[in-house]
Amino acid sequence: MDKTNTIISVKNLVKKYDDFTAVQGISFDVYENEIFGLLGPNGAGKTTTLEIIETLREKTSGEITVDGFSVDKDSIKIKRIIGVQLQAAGYYPNLNLVELMELFSGLYGVDIKPMDMLEKVNLQDKAKVKYKALSGGQKQRFSIATTLINSPKIIFLDEPTTGLDPQARRNLWDLIIDIRNNGTTVVITTHYMDEAEQLCDRVAFVERGEIIALDTPDNLIDKLVSTGFERKKEVKKANLEDVFINLTGKEWREG
Amino acid sequence: MSKPYNHTKATLALAKASFRSIMRSPSAVVFTLAFPLIFILVFGFLGGGGIKVDVAVSPGSDLENPVINALEHHSVVHLLIDKDPQEIKRGLEKGTIDAVITVQKNKAGIPAYLANVQYTSASIDKGSIFKSVMSSLLYTLNTQNTEPAIAKLQESTIQGRIYRTIDFILPGQLGFSLLSTGVFGTAFVFFGLRQNLVIKRFFATPVRRSSIVFGEGLARIGFALLGAVFIILVGHFFFHFTLIHGIVTVLNMLLLSVIGLIVFMGFGFVVSGIAKSESTIPPISNIITLPQFLLSGTFFSIDAFPSWLQPISRALPLTYLNDAMRKVAFEGAGLWDVKQQILIMVIWGIGIYAVAVKVFKWE
Repeated sequence: MDKTNTIISVKNLVKKYDDFTAVQGISFDVYENEIFGLLGPNGAGKTTTLEIIETLREKTSGEITVDGFSVDKDSIKIKRIIGVQLQAAGYYPNLNLVELMELFSGLYGVDIKPMDMLEKVNLQDKAKVKYKALSGGQKQRFSIATTLINSPKIIFLDEPTTGLDPQARRNLWDLIIDIRNNGTTVVITTHYMDEAEQLCDRVAFVERGEIIALDTPDNLIDKLVSTGFERKKEVKKANLEDVFINLTGKEWREG
Repeated sequence: MSKPYNHTKATLALAKASFRSIMRSPSAVVFTLAFPLIFILVFGFLGGGGIKVDVAVSPGSDLENPVINALEHHSVVHLLIDKDPQEIKRGLEKGTIDAVITVQKNKAGIPAYLANVQYTSASIDKGSIFKSVMSSLLYTLNTQNTEPAIAKLQESTIQGRIYRTIDFILPGQLGFSLLSTGVFGTAFVFFGLRQNLVIKRFFATPVRRSSIVFGEGLARIGFALLGAVFIILVGHFFFHFTLIHGIVTVLNMLLLSVIGLIVFMGFGFVVSGIAKSESTIPPISNIITLPQFLLSGTFFSIDAFPSWLQPISRALPLTYLNDAMRKVAFEGAGLWDVKQQILIMVIWGIGIYAVAVKVFKWE
């Protein structure tokens, strides 16, 4: 896999609100067909950075290009080639999943079969159910399905696994890896380091609006270990989550 | 990918989604259809009764005489026999009985009977009606066998168009329906879409802002017109609502409905912009709708209001919508004949959308 084709380039991005600076001079590149993670505590500026790249928010200064298009001049062209999952976004009220899919296919101006899209995220049984009636994991899967409607080159997932149970989380990981394997670049934010370690090809740590580290998870861990760091407790071959999954099963759940 | 983006398609997709959503929203259906229909039913059945004057016959009165006989068959008078003096006294004081009559044989011989009528200050209007009923009645009775010496009165009524209560009530209810769906519906939907980040998700697609507003407006207009047709048809076929030129009149009314609704939706946009939370939408919307509901001639003609109140009534947009609707439906006026009313609504529209552009929030 050729990993050196830059698809998103962010240079010296700054975002100032009235009285504080949310992002102070971030620069990074996302390569084509990788899963890129933005990690960091709440309020570090992850979502702000993501939304500026998604053309949903104005930047204060800096340069961003997405697949060669500038966010300043070609925001509409960018919107056509990206898929966006927002943190805690809602959907049009009183509509079922098929009807929502029809709405989004109209908004993106593409012809899709709603059932095919729902099948991709294993929600075909919920076709006539309203979004509100879905479980947390199903909601996130549906959100991801809406990002795939326009066959995007890049999808952005903002904390897709927050609040999910271990099964739903692992199912979502499988789904995200599938999407990447089909040729889509994935940019993801998360609080969970195990998730980043499992999913991401490269991660950037964001803290107080700055990037403090950017590398593959392996390299970052190796670097830390080379400084003489050791875990207090010897690591076992499995953790408690593995026990939980092993006991309760790994299949898709309704709950 | 190279195919150009189709804004019309996006707008229509939004309109379709919004229409489906409105049809499934209980509050939209209740405000647009159920409320106006209930009022129409109530007034439809109330109407047509005309004025009735309740006249008690005092217990001591003679009952077998020409005066009582004639009153019994009078269309305006409702005689109450078998009331005891206490009941009559209380009725007169409260105004539930408009007058009391006693008829006695005249012991002196001529005239044969003496009729005593007592009115009440609690019901002066109906008392006066009864007064003229009595004088014309006695005149007829007294001149039965004689030719008048000076002039004989000959009366006839021309059979005109019947103006029923429904002809007044229905246009008012239609206006109210448009007002509430325009203000409440628009305010709630846009506030909700903004609050739940639905609009933000839309912004991540290539859709234009104007498409979102047009799509939503299109759906609401479609829904309101469906409601208007339903209200007009129920009124026409069940309560004989007058449609002078039939289908042409209906089309004119629908066109007026669209103009009215667009203006009222402007208020909705303003409310959705200034409301701080979901629970502040109803009070703010009520401040806009209630005065119009009461003062714009929905239930009563504006002419019946005190003169200091009338200028306020004549400043409200619903007044002109109601006025235009009634002229079109009952008098058979064309849209050009109500151009003044339309012009005032358009001026309101321009004003309110100027405010809406300033206060409307997308996120």
